[in-house]
Parts: sequence; C-alpha cells; structure tokens
Amino acid sequence: MIYSKEVIKHFKKPHNQGVIKNADSVGQVGNVTCGDVMKIYLKIDDKGPKSKPGPLIKDVKFETLGCAAAIAVSSALTDRVKGMTLEEALAVKKDDIVNDLGGLPAPKIHCSMLGLEALHKAIKQYK
Amino acid sequence: MPKAKSIYFDHSATTPVDADVLKTMLPYFSENFGNASSVHSFGQRAAQGAEAARLDAANFLHCNPDEVIFTSGSTEANNLALFGMFKALRAKKPGAKLHLITSVIEHDSILEPVADLERSGVAVTYLPVDARGVISVADLEKAIKDETVLVSIMYVNSEVGSIQPIKAAGKLIKKINERRLKDWNNKKPEERGDKPDPIYFHTDATQAANFLTCNVNELNLDFLSLSGHKIYGPKGVGLLFARKNTPLRAVQLGGHHENNRRSGTLNVAGAVGFGKALSKLTPEKQERANRKIAAVRDLLASGIFKLVPGAILNTDREISTPSHAHFSFPGVEGESILIALDLAGIAVSTGSACASNSLKASHVLVAMGIKVEVAHSSIRFSLGKDNTKEDVERLLKVLPQIIERFKKMSPLK
Repeated sequence: MIYSKEVIKHFKKPHNQGVIKNADSVGQVGNVTCGDVMKIYLKIDDKGPKSKPGPLIKDVKFETLGCAAAIAVSSALTDRVKGMTLEEALAVKKDDIVNDLGGLPAPKIHCSMLGLEALHKAIKQYK
Repeated sequence: MPKAKSIYFDHSATTPVDADVLKTMLPYFSENFGNASSVHSFGQRAAQGAEAARLDAANFLHCNPDEVIFTSGSTEANNLALFGMFKALRAKKPGAKLHLITSVIEHDSILEPVADLERSGVAVTYLPVDARGVISVADLEKAIKDETVLVSIMYVNSEVGSIQPIKAAGKLIKKINERRLKDWNNKKPEERGDKPDPIYFHTDATQAANFLTCNVNELNLDFLSLSGHKIYGPKGVGLLFARKNTPLRAVQLGGHHENNRRSGTLNVAGAVGFGKALSKLTPEKQERANRKIAAVRDLLASGIFKLVPGAILNTDREISTPSHAHFSFPGVEGESILIALDLAGIAVSTGSACASNSLKASHVLVAMGIKVEVAHSSIRFSLGKDNTKEDVERLLKVLPQIIERFKKMSPLK
C-alpha cells in the first residue's frame, strides 16, 4: 500500500480541519467498528453573490477518525467544494477526489465514497 | 542538517541481515555457486556449505541433520508440515477419520492450509485464547479425541508476542501417546486391531527462535517451522524439522532434493546464511539479548503510559518474548499513527484493518476479546537486538503529539 505524494501532503497538513460552531448543516457517516468516521460541517450562503446565485457553500470543515486516505479525502473534498453551489457540490464524483489526490490504493477507494456520503448527508439535511 | 537515522521497531515483520551472516553468505553467490546436487567439485563445495548449515540447524534444534528440510521460509514449512503429513496419513490409511487441533491465533500460513484440509474432510478444533493471547493446555486436553493425529500450535504469537505453553502441551501429548500405546499393548492380540497412531506435534517457531529454546526433544516436538529472515538471516530460506519416521510426503515434486521431501534446487547461499544466524543463537547469547531488549521495552512501555493518556498495552510482559509491546490508542486509527510515525522516521506496524488489504481487523486481537474499534487503534512495536534507549527517547518525543493531533481531528470526543 503506497500513498501518492498528494495524499501525504494532505495527511501531513489537512485543509479545512476543525469545527464550524454555528454550522448550517452537519453530516456524519461511518462507525468505529469499520474504522472510519467522517463529519462535515457546512456554512451556507443562501443568496450567494450576483455572479453565482446561491445557495452555496461559504465555508466547510471536517473532523475525521480514520486512516491516512480518509484524512486526505476529507481535506481534498472540502477544498474542492468550498465556494460551490449545492448543486455543483452534489455533482462531485468520487473519481474527482481520487484524481485530486493523485490516485488512491485500490483498498482505499471506498474512503473517497465515505467523504461524498458525509457531504451529501449534510446537504440533504440543509435542504 | 543531516537527516537523523531512521528507527526500526518492526522486527516481527523482518530483521536486517547480520553483518557476519552476510559475510558468510557472499562466497556462495559467485565463487561457490555450484548446484549442491551436482557431483563435480563446484557442486561439492556448495553441498559442503549447505551441509555445514544443516548441522548448525541441527545443533540449534538438538536433532539429526537429516531431520532438517530446508524450505523457502516458514510459510512453506507450515504448508509442508500440514499437507505433507495428511498426504502421508491418507496414503497409509485411506478413508480413516482424521482430526487436528490448532489455535485461533495462528498465522495464515497455518490457518489457510488447515481450512483447506477441513474442506477435504479433516475435522478441526480451534483452541481459543485468553485475554493475554495464550491457549490453555486444559483446553487442549479436552479437545483431544481418538482420531486426533496432529496438534499444531505456534510457539510465539507474531502480533502480541504471547508465548504458548509448548513444553506443557508436548508433555501432555507424550503422556496421551504413551497411554494409547499401553492400552493397546494390554489388549489381547486378537482384540487389538491396528497399532494406534500417535498424535504428532507441530509448532511454528518463527517468532520464538530469537528468544527461546527450540530443543525439539525437550519440547516433545515432531515438526517445527523456522524462517531465516526473522533471526537476522536472509529472506527466502527456512526449514521444517521433521522427526525421523514421522509421516511426511513431499508436496513439491520434481527433483528429489532434501531426501525426496522438498524438491527444488537448494538455496545454498540462503541456507549458509540461515545456518550462520542459527549458530549465533546460543542459550547464553539469547539470554543476554533478552535482558537487553526487555530493558528497552520497559522504557518504551513506561514512557508511553506516562506520556499518552488512555494507552493500553495488549502485550502481557509476564508471558511474552521481550520483543513485543503491542499498544492500543483508543480513539485514533492505527494506520494514521503508522504513517505519521513513518514520516518521522520510525517504522512500526498495526493490527488495524485499514492497513491490511483484507480490511479486516486482526483475528488475533479479536480472539483476545479486544473490541474491533480498539483493534483498529493498535500499534505493534517489535524490538530487536540493536534498538537502544535513544531510539525509545526519539519515539517518545513524537508519539504523544501524533496521538494528540489525531484525537483532535476526530469527530468522536
């Protein structure tokens, strides 16, 4: 199991890690027996700027218990969806995240799914 | 600033080749490169090297050199012991009911061949372990039936380092075999039937050889598996001790090597290195190394207890080899710790499912009653003879922050 440089970069210094105290929505997936738990916090701008009518993701943060891949996925995913409209964010595919990370080892592909599930859960909850 | 030397705490996975061992091996690559089966002088020189190594192995095991079968490692030795013995028994007594006993904490190179034998009709009992990761001889005694032909129990568990009661198990098996024979002798010749087969006893001693006696007579063993690369020897070589007159048929055919018990051109350089590594494991040297390693381990364990709140030591130091300190850090995932330590230049391993291709938590930890989520948080430190106090100090400088960082990152507080 060899991780890409990009995975290691995110793992060492994850982006958007933490909590949004007055989040508009939160999504959590996974459980401790499977090893990975991910929680995504969203701050949503209902209107958005004129150039990009909302609702859009103004801020996003994550908390993750999991392997290096799960942490890197959380970091890359939150990077990607920050500033997106909810519709754009829902259209993000697992392959987008895998590509952002310069690939993931085969047994770790499911980690990218978990990240998307947490995001979808948070967006659904908001809607 | 020069990068600090990396620290290796994964000796249970493999060990570096000892300088002396390497030196002994080198002439057998290009100078004495002959095929040990060849009759000419090149072959003879190779064969002499291999036979000297076989003698070293026999000295270590207290057996005859012709009871040593060189293999490619422990996995092959375990496969040969299991498949080879049942092949021989089935040839001798077609259709006979056969039962074998093993434990739930064996290495996959035992468990998978056993599962294969089970599918082919062999009855199997898997002995449980207690919270320390140790089987009980009373459980073994209860599991033995008239059809039991083989007991295979590992000597030392690779994950937590727990030592199994091999000597006591050997004693029990010997006693039962003697009783079987006596009962048979006491019957009238016309009522006796066939002479009863003894129960044969195998141990996978891969993780034990550095630290414990492998005297096959003292332990009452019929089969024993060893590997070169766990004892500061080379990879790709191991052995199966098979006591004279025990049933064993080759499973790898096509060259009549190793007295028809294991075909394939002998890995002479490997065998020579393996023999050298074994010759260094005298009881005195073992004892000295054990004391030194145990002292380093105690520093490591007490340091972690002091600096990492909530850490759990899964290795029971009273009943383990000095090499192992298997910890759980509940609330943090093991693979993350492993990678973070690796980035800091420290090599360890984990029982977390996330680091295995199967994505399953370690069967050993689960068998010990450790919760799956705690198993995911485990890190195995396995120490070797060259680890120092300074190595531990460097670990203790980085580990607490790593655990703290991941705890902070977790959604579960």
